[in-house]
Amino acid sequence: MTDTPIDRIRNFSIIAHIDHGKSTLADRLIQATGGLSAREMTEQVLDNMDLEKERGITIKAQTVRLTYKAKDGLDYTLNLMDTPGHVDFAYEVSRSLAACEGSLLVVDASQGVEAQTLANVYQAIEAGHEIVPILNKVDLPAAEPEKVKQQIEDVIGLDASDAVMISAKTGLNIEGVLEALVTRLPPPKGDPDAPLKALVVDSWYDQYLGVVILIRVKDGRIRRGQKVRMMARGSAHSVEQVGVFTPRMVAVDDLGPGEMGYITAAIKTVADVAVGDTIIDDRNPAAEPLPGFKPSIPVVWCGLYPVDADDFEKLRESLAKLRLNDASFHYEAETSAALGFGFRCGFLGLLHLEIIQERLQREFDLDLIATAPSVVYRVHRTSGEVEELHNPADMPDPSQIDHIEEPWIKATIMVPDDYLGAILTLCSERRGQQVDLTYVGNRAMAVYRLPLNEVVFDFYDRLKSVSRGYASFDYQMDGYAESDLVRISILVNGDLVDALSFIAHRSQAERRGRSICEKLKDLIPRQLFKIAIQAAIGGRVIARETIGALSKDVTAKCYGGDISRKRKLLEKQKEGKKRMRQFGKVEIPQSAFLAALKMDA
Amino acid sequence: MDHPLALYIHWPFCLAKCPYCDFNSHVRERIDQARFGRALRTELAWEAVRLGRRPLASIFFGGGTPSLMAPETVAELIADATHLFAPAPDLEITLEANPTSVEAGRLAAFRAAGVNRVSLGVQSLNPEDLRLLGRQHSTAQAVAALELARGLFPRISFDLIYARPGQTLAAWRAELRQALELAADHLSLYQLTIEPGTGFEALHRRGELVLPDDDTAAALYDATGEEAAKFGLAPYEVSNYARPGSESRHNLAYWRYADYAGIGPGAHGRISLDGALLATRRHRAPEPWAERVERSGHGSTTEEPVAPPDRAREMLLMGLRLTEGIAEDRFAARTGMALDDALDAQTLARALEEGYLARAGGVLRALPEGRKRLDALLAELVA
Repeated sequence: MTDTPIDRIRNFSIIAHIDHGKSTLADRLIQATGGLSAREMTEQVLDNMDLEKERGITIKAQTVRLTYKAKDGLDYTLNLMDTPGHVDFAYEVSRSLAACEGSLLVVDASQGVEAQTLANVYQAIEAGHEIVPILNKVDLPAAEPEKVKQQIEDVIGLDASDAVMISAKTGLNIEGVLEALVTRLPPPKGDPDAPLKALVVDSWYDQYLGVVILIRVKDGRIRRGQKVRMMARGSAHSVEQVGVFTPRMVAVDDLGPGEMGYITAAIKTVADVAVGDTIIDDRNPAAEPLPGFKPSIPVVWCGLYPVDADDFEKLRESLAKLRLNDASFHYEAETSAALGFGFRCGFLGLLHLEIIQERLQREFDLDLIATAPSVVYRVHRTSGEVEELHNPADMPDPSQIDHIEEPWIKATIMVPDDYLGAILTLCSERRGQQVDLTYVGNRAMAVYRLPLNEVVFDFYDRLKSVSRGYASFDYQMDGYAESDLVRISILVNGDLVDALSFIAHRSQAERRGRSICEKLKDLIPRQLFKIAIQAAIGGRVIARETIGALSKDVTAKCYGGDISRKRKLLEKQKEGKKRMRQFGKVEIPQSAFLAALKMDA
Repeated sequence: MDHPLALYIHWPFCLAKCPYCDFNSHVRERIDQARFGRALRTELAWEAVRLGRRPLASIFFGGGTPSLMAPETVAELIADATHLFAPAPDLEITLEANPTSVEAGRLAAFRAAGVNRVSLGVQSLNPEDLRLLGRQHSTAQAVAALELARGLFPRISFDLIYARPGQTLAAWRAELRQALELAADHLSLYQLTIEPGTGFEALHRRGELVLPDDDTAAALYDATGEEAAKFGLAPYEVSNYARPGSESRHNLAYWRYADYAGIGPGAHGRISLDGALLATRRHRAPEPWAERVERSGHGSTTEEPVAPPDRAREMLLMGLRLTEGIAEDRFAARTGMALDDALDAQTLARALEEGYLARAGGVLRALPEGRKRLDALLAELVA
C-alpha cells in the first residue's frame, strides 16, 4: 500500500464557507476516482454524524485516500483532508491544514468570499499551502465568476486567473480539479530514514477498535507492532493497526513520509490523545516535536442540569460517553441552589456548546436546563491570588477582588456595504474596538476587538438579524484585559435564582438587567399569584418587573358526577408540580433559562 | 343520625349531541322507554334497600335530556322515591328540560308527576349562537318555554353559556339583561370551555374555533355578576346565581359534600354506609347498564370507600366553589381531617393576604378573586 513514491502523493484540504459545496465536491472526487461505487455513495459521505449532515458542518477531521490516473499516465495518491468547518474549531483546523501541502479554495460563484473562508484561507497560507481557487456553481444563472475571481484577487491576494470552474452538483469539470491537484500542488517532503515523526490530526472513539488516531507521517515510518510515544503526553502505546481510508478503513503494513492514515493502539479514550501532538518511535525518539502544539482549553462554560433530578446519573454517564470521543469538552459536577445537581461544562465555543447540548438531548434522550454561558474570567484577589472563574455563582465578594480580567477576541466580519452601519453599531454596543475597516467592491471587512462575554450570548443571532443573514463572522482569541465587571443576580419573588446570575460590564449592567427582567416577564407564564422579578447588583436592585396573576382559571361546571375526575386531575397537577423547578413557588419553564439571557438591542 | 339524601337520576339520551358537551349522553334512533324506566326503578329500589329509609331532601332528573322521558316514568320514579325514603316536607324535585316545542308540551305532565322545579337548557338568546352551540331550539321557542314554565312551576332556572367565539362584553351584558328580564329565580351561567372528546375540541385544535382570552373571560365573568346583582340574583357558586332562598338545594348537596345517591348509566354517588363514605359509579353505556340491572338489580361498577385525604380534597374542591365556603367543624366531621392539615400553610397565608380566601368565624371561603382562579388555587392550596 505504501508503494506510491513520495513525489506522486498530494495532500490537500478543501476550504469553503458553509453551503458553498465542500461536501458535494468531496463526494464527486471520491466518485470520480472510484473510491466508492455509485451504490455505496450516500449523500455527503464524509459527514458521519446526523448533526453534521443537518447543520452542514464537520466536527471531526477525516481523510480519504484517492487513487487517480492523471493525464501524464501515472497513478497518483491524493489524500483529501476534510477539516472541521467552524470558528470554534480553529485550532483543529490549523492541525488539519498542517497535515497538507495545498488547499482547494471553493467559492460559490454567485456568493463570493465569506469571512469564514477568509480566516481559513489565511490559515492555509500561513501553513505554507499552495492554494487552487475553485469556482463552484458556475452553471447557476446568478453566477458571476469574473466578479468573484476579481474579489479573490482583491481580498485574498491570490491569483485567480487559473481558477477551476466547476459545478460539484452536476459533476462539471471534476477532472479539472483532479488535474490541478496533480499539477499545481507540491508533493510532500520527508525523510524515510529519519526517526519517526507523525502529527496527530484528530482522533475519535470506535467501540470495536478503541481510539482511532488520524495521522500524517512527516518523517520515518510507522508500522504495526511498533512501540510509539506521544511526545507532549508522554504516554507510550503499542501500535495495533495501521491503515488508510478509501474512505473505508483498509489496513496496511506501514505508512511512510507524506502519507496520511490512521493507527489504533488499544487507547480507551480520546482524552489520552491530544490533537497536534507528535507521535515518535519509543526506541528511536526524534528530538524535536512538530511545531504548533497547543493543549485545547475551553473558552465558554455553562451549567447543564437534568430537568428531572433523577436523570443526574444518566447525565453523568452520557457526558462520559461524549467525552470518549471529544476531549475538547470538559465537565465537572456542581450544584446549584436553584437547579440541584448538575455539571459545569466547558466548550471551545458557542457552537460546540450547542452541539454537545443537542447530542445529549437527541442521542441520550435527556431533558436539560442550560444556564447562561460564561467565559473564563481571571479574578485577582486583594490577597494577590489569581483564580479562573467560569461560574458567576463563584464570584468572590467584591471586597476581596482587586481587579478582574476578561478574555477578548479579534473578530473579522464581512458584510455588504448596506448593512455595515448596523454591524458597526452592534460592535460598539458590545464594547468593540475597531482595528481595521476595508472595502472590497461592495463589501466591507471590519476587524474588531471584542470582549468574548459580549459575543457568547447572542452575538451571532444579532449579527445575522441586522445583516439579514449576509454578514459572515470569524474570530480568534486575543488575550485578557482588565475590566470593570459586576455580577448581576436575578431574584424571583425575593428568592435568588443562582442559575440566572451573570457577569457583565458595569456600563451594560442596567440595560442587561432590565432586558432579562423584561424577557422573564414574557417567558414565565402568569400563575396564581403575581410574581416579582428583580435584577440586583449586590443588594442594589437595578431593574424590576411584575408578572400579574392569571386572570381566570376555574372549571365552569362541577357537579356530583365530576368530583372523582376533578380530584384525580388535582392529584396529577400536584404530582406535576413536584417535578417542576420552583423558585419562591414560581414555576420557571426550562426554556426561560437560556432565552432569558439572549439580548435584543 | 341518618344523612339526608340527595337523589340523582340520570336519563342518558339526547336528540343530538351538542358540540360543547362532554356529559354522558347518547343519541339513539329508538329508545325503549319502558325498559329504561323499569331499570331505573329497579336500581332505585336496590339502592334504597342498602340505604334504608333516610330523609330525602331532593330529587334531580339530569341527563342527557330527561325531558325526553315519558312523564309516567318520572311520576313512577318520584312515587317510588318518596315511598322508599322519608321525603322532607319541602322536597325539591328538579327536572332538566330543553325548550323545544315537543318538550315544552310535556311540561304540564311533568308538573303533574310531582316535579316542582324545572331547569331549562336555553344556552343563548342569540339565534346564531344557538346554531353554533348545536341547539335544537330557537330563541322564540326558548322564550315561550320559559313563559310556559313560569306559569306551571313554583321555581324555574335556566342555563346560558357565555364567552362564546367573538362575544363582546357589551353584547353579553345585553343578552344577559334580556335573560334576567325573563324573571327566573335562578340562573346557571357557564363560561364556554373546551372539553376533551367534544366536537368543539376538534375545531379548537384546528384553530377553527377561537375563544376569548383569559382576560376577556375574566371581564365577562365580572360583568355576569354585576348584571345578575342588578336583578337581585347573587352568585352562590362559581357559575350559579339565585335570589336568596332559591338556590338549588340538590346541587348544594354536591358542593357541601353531603350524601348523594346516583342511579342510571354513569351516575356517581357519595353515600355514607356502615361508617364509610362510599364513592359509587354506574356503568356508563346505557344498554350494558340496563342489562346489568336486569341481571343483578343494579348497574354498579366500582364502589370504593373514600379515604380521609381524598375526602378532604373533594370537599375542598367542591366547597370553595360556594360563596358560603366551608365550615371547619363540618369539614373535620365529614373528612376526618382538620382543615389546616389538608392545606398547604404557605399557600393559605399568601391566598389570605392576596384576598383570594377569607377565614373568619370558623369558615374558610373563596372570595370572588379567588373563585375566579379556583383551579390554580386548589392545585397549590391542597396539601
